[in-house]
Parts: sequence; structure tokens; C-alpha cells
Amino acid sequence: MSEYRIQGNTGEWEVVIGLEVHAQITSESKLFSGSSTGFGAEPNSHVSLVDAAMPGMLPVPNRECLRQAVRTGMAINAQINRWSRFDRKNYFYADLPQGYQISQLYHPIVGEGEIEVTLNEKDPDSPTKKIGIERIHVEQDAGKLMHDQHPTMSFVDLNRSGVALMEIVSRPDISSPQEAGAYLKKLRSILRYVGSCDGNMEQGSMRADVNVSVRKPGGELGTRTETKNVNSIRFMMQAIEYEAQRQVDLIEGGGAVVQETRLFDPNKMETRSMRSKEDAHDYRYFPDPDLLPVELDDAFLEECLASLPELPDAKRARYEALGLTAYNAAVLTAEAETAFWFEDLLAEGVDAKQASNWLMSELFGALNKLGKVLDESPVNPKQAAELLGLVANGTISGSIAKQVFEIMLETGQGASAIVEEKGLKQTNDTGAIEAEIAKIMAANEDKVTEYRSGKDKLFGFFVGQTMKAMQGKANPQIINDLLKKALG
Amino acid sequence: MTDFSRLRVAAIRDGVASGEFKAVEVAEALNTRVAAAKALNAFVVETPEMAVAAAQAVDADRAAGKPLGKMAGVPIGMKDLFCTEGVQTTAASHMLEGFVPTYESTVSANLWKAGAGMLGKLNLDQFAMGSSNETSYFGNVISPWRRNDGGNAALAPGGSSGGSSSAIAARLCPAATGTDTGGSIRQPAAFVGISGIKPTYGRCSRWGVVAFASSLDQAGPMARDVRDCAIMLEAMAGFDPKDSTSLDLPVPAWEAGLNSDLKGKRIGIPREYRLDGIDEDITKMWDNGIAWLKDAGAEIVDISLPHTKYALPAYYIIAPAEASSNLARYDGVRFGLRDLPEGAGLQDMYAATRAAGFGEEVRRRIMIGTYVLSAGFYDAYYTQAQKVRALIARDFDNAWASCDLILAPTAPSAAFGLGEKNADPLSMYLNDVFAVPASLAGLPAMSVPGGLDKQGLPLGLQIIGKALDEQAVLNAGLAIEQRSGFTAEAGEWW
Repeated sequence: MSEYRIQGNTGEWEVVIGLEVHAQITSESKLFSGSSTGFGAEPNSHVSLVDAAMPGMLPVPNRECLRQAVRTGMAINAQINRWSRFDRKNYFYADLPQGYQISQLYHPIVGEGEIEVTLNEKDPDSPTKKIGIERIHVEQDAGKLMHDQHPTMSFVDLNRSGVALMEIVSRPDISSPQEAGAYLKKLRSILRYVGSCDGNMEQGSMRADVNVSVRKPGGELGTRTETKNVNSIRFMMQAIEYEAQRQVDLIEGGGAVVQETRLFDPNKMETRSMRSKEDAHDYRYFPDPDLLPVELDDAFLEECLASLPELPDAKRARYEALGLTAYNAAVLTAEAETAFWFEDLLAEGVDAKQASNWLMSELFGALNKLGKVLDESPVNPKQAAELLGLVANGTISGSIAKQVFEIMLETGQGASAIVEEKGLKQTNDTGAIEAEIAKIMAANEDKVTEYRSGKDKLFGFFVGQTMKAMQGKANPQIINDLLKKALG
Repeated sequence: MTDFSRLRVAAIRDGVASGEFKAVEVAEALNTRVAAAKALNAFVVETPEMAVAAAQAVDADRAAGKPLGKMAGVPIGMKDLFCTEGVQTTAASHMLEGFVPTYESTVSANLWKAGAGMLGKLNLDQFAMGSSNETSYFGNVISPWRRNDGGNAALAPGGSSGGSSSAIAARLCPAATGTDTGGSIRQPAAFVGISGIKPTYGRCSRWGVVAFASSLDQAGPMARDVRDCAIMLEAMAGFDPKDSTSLDLPVPAWEAGLNSDLKGKRIGIPREYRLDGIDEDITKMWDNGIAWLKDAGAEIVDISLPHTKYALPAYYIIAPAEASSNLARYDGVRFGLRDLPEGAGLQDMYAATRAAGFGEEVRRRIMIGTYVLSAGFYDAYYTQAQKVRALIARDFDNAWASCDLILAPTAPSAAFGLGEKNADPLSMYLNDVFAVPASLAGLPAMSVPGGLDKQGLPLGLQIIGKALDEQAVLNAGLAIEQRSGFTAEAGEWW
């Protein structure tokens, strides 16, 4: 794909990137307890005895969380491990009530898979690249410390404690910030299609740990650093750029990269050391003796597979087969919401090309102006289909449709009602049109002469004048026919 | 007038059901005995009003003609490792001193549902770590037994369920709950001349039991005879969806199934359990046990459990490893002790809290567990110990080809004096040598009285059965009980 190189004093450097993405699994309750996973609740209002790690409490796996991980694995053509196991990752911190995180180190539920990314999703000619996925495992989230509630103490909110996360670990196959961005976008799109994660990075539903190292092109792998908890695609790309450059400068300045954990500061646009390898925890992983191994049977796997929706790549191919341009198909499938909107229009009987053109020009334009996203559109697919139906059956022209759509956006009225009320129905009255054509030709004799002497371009002028005289309500096809006859 | 302290579980249940006496009479009589036995230090907390309330409820049910539960009217002691709603639960630690759960463990809830009442919370080794009840933050439990040498040396009631064993042997309660991780029901039962069974791992829910080593911890009953153990185990056991390792199986009618005719049963005698230099009283008792089972119709076969000698070292890696992680939650943040020195940060608080809250033995095991799980040592210790554990389990599987049950001593000695062994952790750990293999394999195992040694102290015989075959274990126990003529009791010196 792209040749991303850092120009150093000693020549070119290549960047090697691997991403560990933590995605919150969409589920009603937590991974090992019945508490709600709802976002934004009062601190410590979604905490069960298990989440608070009270004495004698035991975890019970939430099958739905495992199901979502398996479905996600299937969506990236990954190996699904019928036998997996939970391990304890032991460390002390105030946001970790058990004193260990239940995770999967030795036997993850999902094994190797891959995701195909294109550098520019909207450009059908953009080259593609397959990024390997090493594994997806399921684990508990920790709680949250609040340092601003008391002058000398920190408070703990355990609402997130025990919420299910998938950790999606890529191979170090990514070689530029752009590729990393494309990968994260594609992954996010797949998760949203599958419904296993809402992909909401602002709310922390998705965050990435970014492993970066640099090397001379084709050389030995360099020492990597891990920048933790980056919570937007833009920040991730900036963090990679900064970190790769920092490593090159460091090495060329005679230093060495230290294997360490770093943090990205989006205000200063730089990464900072958090803890070095020497301070690294010894997590003392071992199989969680409170839990049995997870064994998946055929019926479970079949249900997971059957419940998978059509995924973006397959959808894009199908849209192209419907006659959409590659560009339109790519744009419409990039986000699940857009594709579902488009398909709702088709379900209402709208022609595929008409639907895609209208969505991409009219609807996107209008939403852009209103500063709204698709979910907040004042017009729903059913209402839009009514409008497009009026165009398709010749009741109104395309230009009138634009006016009607604007009124719909403002008033919420239905398209037919607006057309009726404002008298915008297109006319097929050839007599009336012929009368107007006659007047226009009489008033523009010079242009008639020019046209007849070969200036074909003036035809558009006559169409425009006629349409104007008909207040836009004449059927454009009939105007064309009548004008051609009259002008000879 | 009936001396209620002499009645066992079945007799109390039947007497209450028939109307011979009221449950409240039993509860009050035992409350009085508990209150008068402070010298034994068997209870951490006494709950006489709860025993009476439960008894009143049973009496009212009977008066109303309602059906009565399996343990109706039986007051029991509850090992203070089971969380009890509204009643302090300490695991005999300073860490949890004053901790009052808002929830009830599944096993204790099952017992209350069956009509049992609670006399109080029983002392134990701290976090169930110990074999003599000397690690309790609330002081040693004293065994009611004395040697026949005329001296009055205080003896260990065994551990970790030492409060349970002492209270039953002193007739403060007819039965009590125990938990067994590496012998903590069987060894104390043997030390005081009572019966106790650790069922198959997964029979009793671990939910609400303060965890020591999750893959080994298993609750079970302790009582004065085999029938009582069968009754109480029926009330305690059962599938619990809140414990992922709980067995989803119906609870057999063990009491109804009791049958001491052992015709057709083959009893394995493991040659590896014949340790060099073992007390001849132990050997003699074992031989008696063999004769009794033969008399009951069983066939005796020699068997080999070749990996037995690795069981104890493996146990003392696996149990501390799990404990080091299970006890991480006692950090001073949310409940229990918090020691926050002036100006301390989070790490200082952890260190101070855990240093103050855990006793020496608990700290030792946390250290061992942390060490064996740490990077670079994990494979050499933990992985290796798990392999040994699998081999131990395979030893038993192979043995079942030639026998149905295994008979062995419960412990290598009778009760020792308090303070005699606690200077040397290794000699203390050796006391679990016969108990630990069945724990590692998750098998049901029981201790029943097998006789007295030269010093007049009780010795226990251990019966190990196949997974889920508690019935055969109980039946063999009954056969021994019927033939051993064990009626010895501790003199009431307290």
C-alpha cells in the first residue's frame, strides 16, 4: 500500500505498527454479573456484590458477551476456538476491586483472522491491504478513579467495573498512520455492522493501545513502545507520527528506544513515558479457578453465524451489482447506518440509482447544512420514499422535488400533502406549453434564427424559458418534445 | 428431663417432628451450653436469639401442620467462613473483623431453608489456612479432649474447621458446617472423634464462602455420626447457578440410601500411605478398619497410588497460588480493615492494611503463592504442580479399576498440643499428607472415628470414594461406625 517513510539524517526509516483495540461489548449486563452496563449513570449505581468483589462472590460468565465476541470473530473470518479459558491478571489498583482482571491470556476465544483495508475507502482504485488479526479475547473493564471530588482523597466509581471488553489484537502489519486510521475505521465499521460494539470512541466504548517501532526499510524489528488508551482515530494517527519521529530522532542522536508504556497528550500532541519495563507489573497470570473452560457447541456456533448481518465488503459488491458507482457503493457501506437507510429506501420501492443519488446529494447535503448526523435526520426513509415516488411517476419534476424536500425538512409535512397544498403538480397540458413556447419564440426571434442556423446550445435556453414560464411545473420531457417540434 | 446435648441431628429432627419436645427447648438448652463453654473459644460470635427464632419458626410450622425441612429444629454451628446476612463474618481475621455481610451464603441459606438454626459463628484457622486452629486472630480453639497422662496440656482441635470440631465434640451443637481445602473437615473430625465428609468438588456451592483456594474449597458437614452427616449434606448440597463450578445434578437421598452391607464392594488399601516411622497406633487402627470392612462383606485389595508423595508439595503450590490472588481483594479500599498512615498513598495503604490485617500464616501463603506465579517461576512451580495434580487424579482413576473405595488413616497422628508444631510450618503441613490427595482429585472423602491411641486420644479413618459416589463413602463409614464401638467422649473440664 502506501510507502510511508520518515526521512532521517541517516536515510529512510520504516514504521511498524500494531494495534490492540479495546472494544466494549454491547450487552445489557456485565461480563460476570447481572449489573447494568448503562452509560452515564450516577457513580456506583451499577455495582453488584460481584463487581465490588465482596468476600465469597463468584463470577458467572454472561453468554451474550461470549456470543458477541464469537460473532465478531466470524465477521473477520477468524478462527473460533471451541475451547477457551479465562485467566486472572493480577495487580493492585484502587479501580480493580478483585485485585485481578479476568481476561484470556493463554487460550483466547477467537484466534487468527484478517481485515482488508483500503487507504481511501471512497476511492475504488485505492490499493487494499490485509491486516492480520492475532486474536480477540474477552476481559473485564476496570472502574474509574475520580481525583477532583475531595482535597486529599480519590474516589472510585465502579459502574464500569466488570463491563465486558473485547481486546482485538492486530499483527504488526500496519506501516503508516494512514493505514492505522483506515484499519481502525474499518474495524469500527465491522463492529457496528455486527452490533457487538457501538464504536463510540468519545464515550470510551473503543480505545486503542498503539505499538510503534521504527527500522531501516526491511531491517530487523526495532524496540517498540506502547502508547495506551488513545481514544480517537485522529489522536491515534498523531500519536504514531509523533512517536515514530521521536524514535528516529532518538536513535539517530545515538540513543536507544526503551521498551515502555507511554501516554498521548492530545493538547501537546506528544507522547510521554508512563512506566518503563523495569517498573512493569508482573501480572502473575494463571487460569481463573472460579470459572470452567468455555466450550462452544455446534448449535451455538451455528446461531452466531446465522445471526451475522451482511458485512460491508459483501454489501459494497452487491450495491455495485445494483448499478451503483463504485464510489457511491463505498460511501453508502462505510457506515452501517447509511447502508440501512439506503436499504430502507429500496424496501419502499425506490430505484437503487435514484435512491443512492438522492441520499448522497440531497440528504447528505441537507444534513450537513443542519449540522446533523443520519440518525437525527428530520425525514425518515418512508417519507423520503414518498417524495422520490412522486418524481419517479412524473407527478413532480426533480427541481420541484428539491423545493418539496426543503419544506419537508422545515415542517415535517408529507411530500404529497405539500405538492397538493402548494399546487406543485407537474403539468402535461401540451396546449398550455405550446402557447408559452409560441410566446417565447416570438419574443426571441434572433435566438430562434441563431438556433436554426446551427447554434444547438441555445436549446437549453428555450427549455429554461419555457420551464420558467410554466413556473417549473411542466413535465420536462414534454417541453423537450414540443420545443424540438416547434424549433424544427 | 432430656439432655438435649446428647441428642444427635436425626434424634432432634425426629423428636421435634413427633412432638416429643419443642425445637425451642433444644435451642435454649444448647444456647446455655455454648454460653458456658467460653474456655474452648470455639465461637467467634454467639447468636442465641437466631437459634431461638429459627426454632420458634419450626415449632409454629409444626403447629400449623406444615411440612418440616430435613434439618427442622436442629441448632447448628456455622464456620465463620460462610457469609451470614447481618452477622459478622471474619474468616477469623483482623482484616474482616467487624465485617457484616448483606448477603447469605448459598450453603447456609440452604440449611436455614431446611429448618436449621444458628447458634453462632465458629472459630477457625485464619482464612482457613492452618491445621491446628492456631492461626485465628481471635485466639486458639481448645480441644475438649485431654491426654490420659493426667496432665492438662491444651490440645489442638485440628484445622481449619477447629471451632466446628471442638464445639461438636464438646456437645455444644450436634452438627456444624466445615470447609475442606486440603483436609480441613477430615483432620479436625479425626482429632476430636467425630465424623465429617468433604463431598465431591462442586456438590456444595462456594457462593458466599470466603475463598481460600477456589479449585479445592468444598463445604461439608461435621457431626457425631454418619447418618447425621448424610442428613446435613443433603440439606447443604445442590446446584447453584451463582457458582460456575457447581455441579448441575440432583441431590441424592443419602440418608435413605444408607446401607452398611458392603458385599460386592472392593476396598483399596494404598501401599504408598504406609509411611516409614508412622505411629504404630495409626497402623493398628488402620488394620482394625480393614477387618471391620471385611466383616461388613467387602473385599480388600492392595492398590498403588504412585504419585502420592508429590501430592503435598503440589498442594502447597496450588493452594497458596490461588490464595494469593483470592486474597488480593482485601486491600482496605471497599470493606474490612483500612490502615491509612498519615500522609500515605495508595501503595502505602495497601502495605499497611495487609500487614496489619493478615496473620503470619496467611502472609506466608500469600508470599509463597505470589512467588510461584511470578514470571520465570510459573512453569517450574505452578505448571508443574498442575501436571502433578493431573497425575494424582489419574492415580485414583487407575485405582478404581480394581476397587470401589479407598481406606486410609485421616492424619498421621492424633491431636498434638497447642504450640507443639507451629514453630515449624513444614511439620504442620505434613499433617495434611493423607488428606490432600483426595482434595487435589476433587473426590468425596470422609473421616470417621477409628479408635483411641495410647494417650486416649481419638484417631480417624478416612474413606475416599469415586467422584459423586458419596453414598458408598457414607455406607462404608456406617459399617465402620457399627463395628468400631467408638463411644469415647471428652471429659467436661471447662
